Amino acid sequence: MAEEQRVILEYADKIDPKKADDYIKVGGYKGLEKARSMDRKALIDEVKKSGLRGRGGAGFNAGMKWSFVPIKDEDRYVVCNFDEGEPGTYKDRIICEKNAQALLEGMAICGAAIASKQGYIYCRGEYPFVVKMLREAIKSAKDSGALGDFDIEVRMGAGAYVCGEETALIESIEGHRGEPRFKPPFPGVAGLWAQPTVVNNVETFACLPYIMTNGADWFAGIGAAKYPGTKVLTLTGDVENATYFEVPTNYMLRDVVYKLGGGVKGGKKFKAVQVGGTSGAFIPEQNLDTQIDFDSMSAIGAALGSGAVFVMDETRDIVDIVTRISKFFEHESCGKCNPCREGTWRCREIMEKINAGKASQKDIDNLMLLSRVMKNAALCGLGQAAPIPIDSTLEHFGYEYSRKIV
Amino acid sequence: MSNYTDIIASCQGKKGGIIEAFHAIQEQYNYIPEEALKEAAKHFGIPEAQAYGVATFYSYLSVEKRGRYIIRMCESAPCHVAGADELLKEMESILGIKVGETTADGKFTLELTECIGQCQATPVITINSEPHFDVNKAKLAEILASCK
Ligand SMILES: Cc1cc2nc3c(=O)[nH]c(=O)nc-3n(C[C@H](O)[C@H](O)[C@H](O)COP(=O)(O)O)c2cc1C
Ligand code: SF4
Ligand code: FES
Repeated sequence: MAEEQRVILEYADKIDPKKADDYIKVGGYKGLEKARSMDRKALIDEVKKSGLRGRGGAGFNAGMKWSFVPIKDEDRYVVCNFDEGEPGTYKDRIICEKNAQALLEGMAICGAAIASKQGYIYCRGEYPFVVKMLREAIKSAKDSGALGDFDIEVRMGAGAYVCGEETALIESIEGHRGEPRFKPPFPGVAGLWAQPTVVNNVETFACLPYIMTNGADWFAGIGAAKYPGTKVLTLTGDVENATYFEVPTNYMLRDVVYKLGGGVKGGKKFKAVQVGGTSGAFIPEQNLDTQIDFDSMSAIGAALGSGAVFVMDETRDIVDIVTRISKFFEHESCGKCNPCREGTWRCREIMEKINAGKASQKDIDNLMLLSRVMKNAALCGLGQAAPIPIDSTLEHFGYEYSRKIV
Repeated sequence: MSNYTDIIASCQGKKGGIIEAFHAIQEQYNYIPEEALKEAAKHFGIPEAQAYGVATFYSYLSVEKRGRYIIRMCESAPCHVAGADELLKEMESILGIKVGETTADGKFTLELTECIGQCQATPVITINSEPHFDVNKAKLAEILASCK
């Protein structure tokens, strides 16, 4: 099996994402119609049964998340996480550029499930042209009547990776600095303006119309049993075909690199692949025969994350790349908690020392200790994940470090 | 050019809309002038210090005056391995400025950025938010020449 399986992207470049009518012609907004005809609880059960898990990185069951939302007389909000800051990732942009209406429909389906009339799309500031397109797409959907009384507003981020963290994202929509909140309470209970809020990724929402039209069992039958459906991947680095693909979740990582990717560029040898963006683990050759689904990736100490696939050939200097990555985390740390604010700074300092050939084994020992502290004590996923590239390369590519140690 | 009082007023109905207002101001002025920041704070009913805290949190927003063309160079890992470092050196030497600086004629400001989500064609730079793909030395000269 080495074929793409397109569900969300089936009509890519064949329909105009801005036009609700184009989308309706290929079966769009039928899922929402069905969702609205169902009882709320039955709708949530259907989504639960499909097995759909979050595509934003944490892999939480979507229907389950919705079921935690209390329905009282207050307002509830549907928030779409389109911050997409993980380096090497651009799949949410592709989904919007090819099939924006599916995102809107998905958000409205969630709105039906939690009795919410207001959605927000939080789009990263680097995509002003997508924001413009989305606003047109929303207008078209509203004018066509397809969204009914469900409203969607687009808000723009402003260049802060941490705002992809759901509570930081909420702070940012509220007009504040994007610093993560302490949890609990979770957004499902007290989110945007302290009201119950569901935050899901673009791709998670975009799956929903297809689940509703084709049924939960159909979706549950695609790909890996415990993380069903398809996944949009973006390939970068030293591969022949640096582009995007949609594949079933039981697709093999080796096939991603060699079949979809067309192999390592220029006929060179493979050295490593980092999956899930810059916070992901580096994966060596011997682990390539792994399915890309959430649990299979966790089992090899890696993560599917955003679905970014960054390939490095034999000539790449792993220590240099990890040094660059450590600078990313230092720059993006919001500074709210000590283990991350100081930790990412120290990680970068030690990595630079190693990269410059001035470090000793003692520095590596310190780095490993620091990594343990950050994983355990950082407030949010940024600080917890920052040491993963370091740890995974020390484990699988230790010789690259030894070479530079004095 | 509309003045910032009008720009801010147009965002006023939006709950939490100060970041939207900052975006709109920056689109006009390429940065957020101090007077505009004070005005926004007043409109949204928050202390100036807090408004300043918000504006400076986000790397896309700037409270420093910048050039007419803001060049941002992506330095995230995929662009890094595609030669971002050399491209940056090239840009610094053509423009005669370092990262964070503006040319004396007020035309170009050079900044670094993390991934801007266009990694299908690395290395990438943006000029006033518009992305340019697969940038190399030859292309760079062309792009800069097209900035009038
Ligand atoms: C530092 C950090 C950055 C994140 N960035 C994103 C992002 O860009 N997009 C996203 O959907 N989720 C991101 N997440 C995960 C969100 O917090 C959240 O789990 C997700 O939006 C939930 O949606 P899902 O269940 O549909 O995946 C990030 C988390 C952390 C800790
Ligand atoms: S872990 Fe880092 S990014 Fe997260 S709250 Fe702490 S300082 Fe901020
Ligand atoms: S890594 Fe440079 S645009 Fe994504």
